[in-house]
Amino acid sequence: MTRRKGLVGYLLLLPAAIWLGVFFVIPFYSLVATSLFDPSGSDVVGYEMTYHFANYADALREYWVPLVRALWYGALATFFCLILGYVLAYAIAFKAGRWKNLMLVLVIAPFFTSFLVRTLSWKLILADDGFVVNFLQFLHILGADGRLLATPVAVVAGLTYNFLPFMVLPLFASIDKIDPRLIEASSDLYANPVVGFFKVTWPLSLPGVVSGTLLTFIPAAGDFINVQLLGSPNQRMVGSVIQSLFTDANDYPAAAALSMILMILILVLVLFYVRRAGTEELL
Amino acid sequence: MSQVAEGTDAPAADEEYGGLRLRNVTKSFGPFTAVDDLDLDVPRGAFFALLGPSGCGKTTTLRMVAGLETPTSGSITLAGQDITYAKPYRRPVNTVFQSYALFPHLDIHENVAFGLKRRKSRDVDNQVREMLELVELTSQARKKPTQLSGGQQQRVALARALINKPEVLLLDEPLGALDLKLRRSMQIELKRIQVDVGLTFIHVTHDQEEAMTMADTVAVMNAGVIEQMGAPADLYENPKSTFVANFLGQSNLIEGTITDRASDLVTVDMHGIGVSVPTGRSHTDGDRGWIGIRPEKVLIGEPGESLDAPGNTIPGGVLTDVSFVGVSTQYLVRMPWGQEIQVFEQNTGRRRLFRTGEQVELSWRPEYAFLLDHAQDASAGAQKADES
Repeated sequence: MTRRKGLVGYLLLLPAAIWLGVFFVIPFYSLVATSLFDPSGSDVVGYEMTYHFANYADALREYWVPLVRALWYGALATFFCLILGYVLAYAIAFKAGRWKNLMLVLVIAPFFTSFLVRTLSWKLILADDGFVVNFLQFLHILGADGRLLATPVAVVAGLTYNFLPFMVLPLFASIDKIDPRLIEASSDLYANPVVGFFKVTWPLSLPGVVSGTLLTFIPAAGDFINVQLLGSPNQRMVGSVIQSLFTDANDYPAAAALSMILMILILVLVLFYVRRAGTEELL
Repeated sequence: MSQVAEGTDAPAADEEYGGLRLRNVTKSFGPFTAVDDLDLDVPRGAFFALLGPSGCGKTTTLRMVAGLETPTSGSITLAGQDITYAKPYRRPVNTVFQSYALFPHLDIHENVAFGLKRRKSRDVDNQVREMLELVELTSQARKKPTQLSGGQQQRVALARALINKPEVLLLDEPLGALDLKLRRSMQIELKRIQVDVGLTFIHVTHDQEEAMTMADTVAVMNAGVIEQMGAPADLYENPKSTFVANFLGQSNLIEGTITDRASDLVTVDMHGIGVSVPTGRSHTDGDRGWIGIRPEKVLIGEPGESLDAPGNTIPGGVLTDVSFVGVSTQYLVRMPWGQEIQVFEQNTGRRRLFRTGEQVELSWRPEYAFLLDHAQDASAGAQKADES
């Protein structure tokens, strides 16, 4: 009996294992290998495997600015997503009543349109003669020739907009599970609403905060669409550098090395972050 | 404070009353009135029980005292202070919740310390240690609530509320989730702690036995109003309504017509048999009423047998059911008018066991009977009492 159960388990794992093997392990191996190719080759004459670790140093030296910028923009977008997403998820979980399901559908609704089209429409919203810019100029927040497009503001706003649902959904799942009687108990025990939030609601929602920030930060830091459509070369993030190295410059070893650096950096940051959040003893 | 105007006979003005006072408190949820024009005085240091079936408004009353609900109208004062609209975190009241509502992300020590820390109390750790000692949980201080048993969680909830030394401690069916044996020992424990700390306890429960064993004053609530309030023995021995008669223990209620009202005795014609009830135990002004008698107050005997109950003798009964419980025997006797009367006889060994089908005579002392308003439903409160 137990042996048969074991066999069934392995059979069930098989499709996922094949999928991961074909679409993750092999491409990953190829990426690692490419990052160590001799950079003097090209896709016309072919590459030679020379274990050229200098590719990494070269990529870092040359592209550290877009790399740091990507992490910075990703962190900013994650921060804004957390603020906006927390308020929204809290409202849906505790205040929406019978509108709960409808509001959740509305959070997901943007996914029915292409990512690209939605980002392009932001280009219209933030356009130089658009109402947002005009209004900000009217308020003298922007100068007469001030603009939003091709600024960090537009890029971070685009990132925030695009990855907000990834923040809201895990946050909602966590906040919705909190027993409202615990909040009553905290107010019975002399905690005013603000203290009650930070002592009870926030710690109990931490699992959602951790998964939401990861789901937002990782794709946001690697994104290149928002920079390309809403920013300018001055806001170049590492994602767009990698993309142009692969498709325009055809410098495969540098592109692969930069991809690896980005991946390792994010992995280290995530591990550090999860470890720290983990010590807070998630429920 | 216009409500005080009627209080010329009240023991003290609201500002001087040291206990908890509710005046004309009403709470409506839409068209449903959960609590209807409630007046209540709970003296300082009392162990007060609010007893009633689910949905009678007792929990709503408790939540209004805690500040978790706001009364639709009326006023609540505590130790002379009007707290009707005070925020829950600003009143000297703590609650032991039915679900315990322990904070799952904090350990037992931190849970108990929660209220003291919010009030920036000094020497929190030592106070918590003392409190955990009182509820015998010292060894569990660093565990999380989910690692404790139901009884232990209950004691944590109690400690977490008690440590703040509130003016009033509210207990919302705190023993409801425990099994019977644990519940009995927690009842004794709670009573002991209440005597030790001397705080006012308001205990909400639907378990009449729990209310009677623990509280010094019991208020029986039904449909948003208090039916009767008093010491447990008074409520049991002299209920004023059919609801109280049935909800607290069991009662035989027999229809009768009032034939005479003397200064000390009311005489009632009960299906052709004259019985009497002391005036102080008559709770109706009408011509008809329900004669009430507790099953253990009814004596059973052979026809013509002289029983120790001068006054009311009811002949012509036929035994329809006998259940031998051990400490007592429960008889069901069909009377000539068709009604079945319950009789509990203690198993003293001095009387023989009667058998089904035997002709018997019933008898009780007039001072044990009570007379209730005929307009009330004779089965009010009965089913709920069976459930608990």
